[in-house]
Amino acid sequence: MNKYMNLKSKDLLGLRDISPEEIEYILNTAKTMKYILTTNNKKTAHLQGKSIITLFYENSTRTRLSFELASKYMGASSANISASSSSVQKGETLIDTGKTIDSMGSDVIVIRHPMSGAPHLLARNVKSSVINAGDGMNEHPTQALLDMFTIIEKKGSLKGLKVAIIGDILHSRVARSNIWGMTKLGAEVSISGPATLIPPGIERLGVNVLSTVQEAILDADVVMCLRIQLERQKKALFPTVREYSRFFGIDDKRLKLAKEDAFVMHPGPVNRGVELSSAVMDGERSLINEQVTNGVAVRMALLYLLTRRGSGNEVID
Amino acid sequence: MKLLIKKGHVIDVKTGLDKVLDILIDNGNVVQIENDIDSDGCEVIEAKGMYVVPGLVDAHCHLRDPGFEYKEDIASGTRSAAKGGFTSIACMPNTNPVIDNEAMIMYILNKSKTEGVVNVYPIGAVSKGLKGEELSEIGELKFSGAVALSDDGRPVNSSSLMKKAMQYASMFDITIISHCEDLDLVDEGLMNEGYYSSILGLKGNPAPAEEVMIARDLILAEYTKATIHIAHVSTELGVDLIRNAKRRGVKVTAETCPHYFSLTDQACEGFNTNAKVNPPLRTQKDVDAIIEGLKDDTIDMISTDHAPHHRDEKNVEFKLAANGMVGFETAFPLAITYLVKPGHLSLKELVWKMCLNPSIMLGLNKGTIEIGASADILIFDINERNTVNIEKFESKSKNSPFNGFKLYGQPQYTIVNGKPIVKEKTLLF
Repeated sequence: MNKYMNLKSKDLLGLRDISPEEIEYILNTAKTMKYILTTNNKKTAHLQGKSIITLFYENSTRTRLSFELASKYMGASSANISASSSSVQKGETLIDTGKTIDSMGSDVIVIRHPMSGAPHLLARNVKSSVINAGDGMNEHPTQALLDMFTIIEKKGSLKGLKVAIIGDILHSRVARSNIWGMTKLGAEVSISGPATLIPPGIERLGVNVLSTVQEAILDADVVMCLRIQLERQKKALFPTVREYSRFFGIDDKRLKLAKEDAFVMHPGPVNRGVELSSAVMDGERSLINEQVTNGVAVRMALLYLLTRRGSGNEVID
Repeated sequence: MKLLIKKGHVIDVKTGLDKVLDILIDNGNVVQIENDIDSDGCEVIEAKGMYVVPGLVDAHCHLRDPGFEYKEDIASGTRSAAKGGFTSIACMPNTNPVIDNEAMIMYILNKSKTEGVVNVYPIGAVSKGLKGEELSEIGELKFSGAVALSDDGRPVNSSSLMKKAMQYASMFDITIISHCEDLDLVDEGLMNEGYYSSILGLKGNPAPAEEVMIARDLILAEYTKATIHIAHVSTELGVDLIRNAKRRGVKVTAETCPHYFSLTDQACEGFNTNAKVNPPLRTQKDVDAIIEGLKDDTIDMISTDHAPHHRDEKNVEFKLAANGMVGFETAFPLAITYLVKPGHLSLKELVWKMCLNPSIMLGLNKGTIEIGASADILIFDINERNTVNIEKFESKSKNSPFNGFKLYGQPQYTIVNGKPIVKEKTLLF
C-alpha cells in the first residue's frame, strides 16, 4: 500500500462507512504511533498548528483522556467541552454548538453523545473533521479500532480468527463497531447474550448468534465481554446481576472452552465478578490494559490521518 | 360564470361513470354530464387526455391551527391540500387549545370559511384535552359540526375509557378514529424494531405495539357494537386483524397512508429524520400486506396523515426529531405511482379509497361527481411524470422523505365548490 494516502471522508463516524483498506491503513499508522508512545520522549509534531476539540455529552474517563493525550503528544492545541458546563445547558442545539466551535478554527471535533446519529448530524453541519467517540447505541469506532489493533498485535491478523462477543449487544456501540470492523477484516464473529439484549436481524451482518455463552466461546481465539449496565435490570431486560453472571460471566472454568491461547478483552469499565471473574480479568490472558495503551496509539493515528487530509495525497480507493 | 370541463375521462364510482364526457358546472354545482355540451358563455377547461375524478377527501390531517401556526395554519394547509387534489379534509384535534368543545369547532369552521380554500371538517377529541381521562362533550361536538372523534397523536390508553367512549359515541352515531399504539410496548422506540433499528443503533418500536392496540379496539368495537375507524395501519398483522374483524361483522373501517405502501424502514438510513413517523415505516413484508389489504378492501381508504413540522424540529438528532411528514402534495401521485401504475388498484378502486369511502366514513355528501352535487373535482394526467420538489410545497413545512421522487399523476386542476383553485398545476388563490 502506498505509504501516503488519505482517508476518503473528512470524518470518522463509524466502521460501517469505511473500507477494509482504510481500516488497515489506520491500524498500520497506529503501529508507528505506538512506537512513539514507548519512547522516552512522547512528543511529535504531527499535529502542530492543529486544534482538536473534544465535545462530550456523556461522562467518560478513558476515551476522553485518550484523545486528549493523543492530541498533546502530537503537539496539537486541544480543548474540552462538557455538556454539563456549556451552552448546552442553556438549550443550544448541537448544530449551533458545532458551528460555534467550527468558527473558532477547530480542525477536529471529537464528539460523544447519548443519541445515535448525533455525530452524523454534526458532521453535515461543520467544516471540521468529526470523530465519533461513541453515539448512543450506534458506533464507537475508535474503540473497535483499538480492539482490532490489539488483536492483530497478538495474533498477526484477524483473518479466520474466531471472536466471541458476549453480553449486552443491543445497547452496545462497541459491539456494533467491532462487528462491522472485524467482519470486514475477515474474522468469524459469534455473539451471545440474554435474548432480550440481542438486536433483531443482527445475523444479517454475517455474525453467528448463539443462545449459550458456551457455544459462543467454543474454540474462540478472542473472547470479548461487554459491560452490563446495571440500570438495564430495572427495565427487566435481565433478572439479576447474579443470574447474568451465572449464565454469561466468564471465569477460568468457562474460559477453558476457548482455545488454549485465547485472549480476553473488555472495553471497560469492568463490573468485577459480573462480566469477568477477577481472576480472569487480572490473569495473563487479559488484554485489558494493553487495550487502553493501544487506544492512545490508534487515536494518534486517526487524528494525524484526518488532519493530513487535503494535503494532496492520493485518496484510498 | 359557468364552468365547462371538456372531454375528460370521467370516473365516478357512486354513479358508475367511466367514459369521456363533458361536465357543466353552474353556481357551484354539477348541472349536466353529457357528450359535447355547448360551451357558449362558459369558462372552458380542456381535459382531453386527462382523467376527471371527484375531488379527494382526506379523513386524517393536521392543520396545526390554532397553536402551532409556525408549522401550518388553515390558510397554508388548505392550499397545500388543494395543490394535492384534495377538496375536503378532516383535521385532527391535537391543536392548542385542543378541539374538544363547541367553541373550538366553530373556530375551525369559521376560519376555514374565511381563510381556507377547501372544505374543512373538524374532528373532535375523544377525551378532554386529549388527556385520556374523561370523555369530552361528544354530543355537543357532534351537533356543532365534528365529523368524527379521535385522540390522534396519542392512543386512548385506558381500555375502560375507550369502551365507554365507544358506547357513548354510538348514541350520537359518530365514529371514533383510533390511533392504535400501546405506549408501554413502544417504550420510547424511535423507528420500526428490526434490522435497520439494529444497525443504526436506534431504539426499536415493535410492530406489536400497534397490533396489540388494534386488537383491543376491535374487541371493544365488537362488544359495544360501535363504529370505529383504525387510523394509519402499517403492519401485516394489523391488516389481518382488521380483515378478521370485518368477517366477524365488526363495524370497522381502516385507513393506511401513502408512506406505508411506498417506503420501508430502510428510509431511516443516514438518520433521516424526514422518515421518522408514527407508526414507523415498516418492512417490505408489511408494505406487501398493506397493498394486499387495499386490494381486498380490508383497508377502505388512503389518508394523508399530513403532519407538518418546522425544519428546526427535524434538523436535530433523530431521537429529538418530531414524528410525521407532510402528505397533501404527494399523496395522490404516490397512490398513482405505487398502486395504480403497477396494477395493484384500478383507478376506480383508487377513487373509492380516496374519494367516496372517506366521505362515507365521515358522513359527508362528498366524493362523487353527480348532477346536483357540489362540484368538487380533480383533473390529472396519469402519464405526466414530475419530480417532487419540497421547496415548491404550498405547505409551510417541508418535512417529506419524497423529495426528488419522480411521480405520476400530479393534479392539474382542483375545483372546489365549482371554483377552480388549482389551474395547470398552479394555485390561483
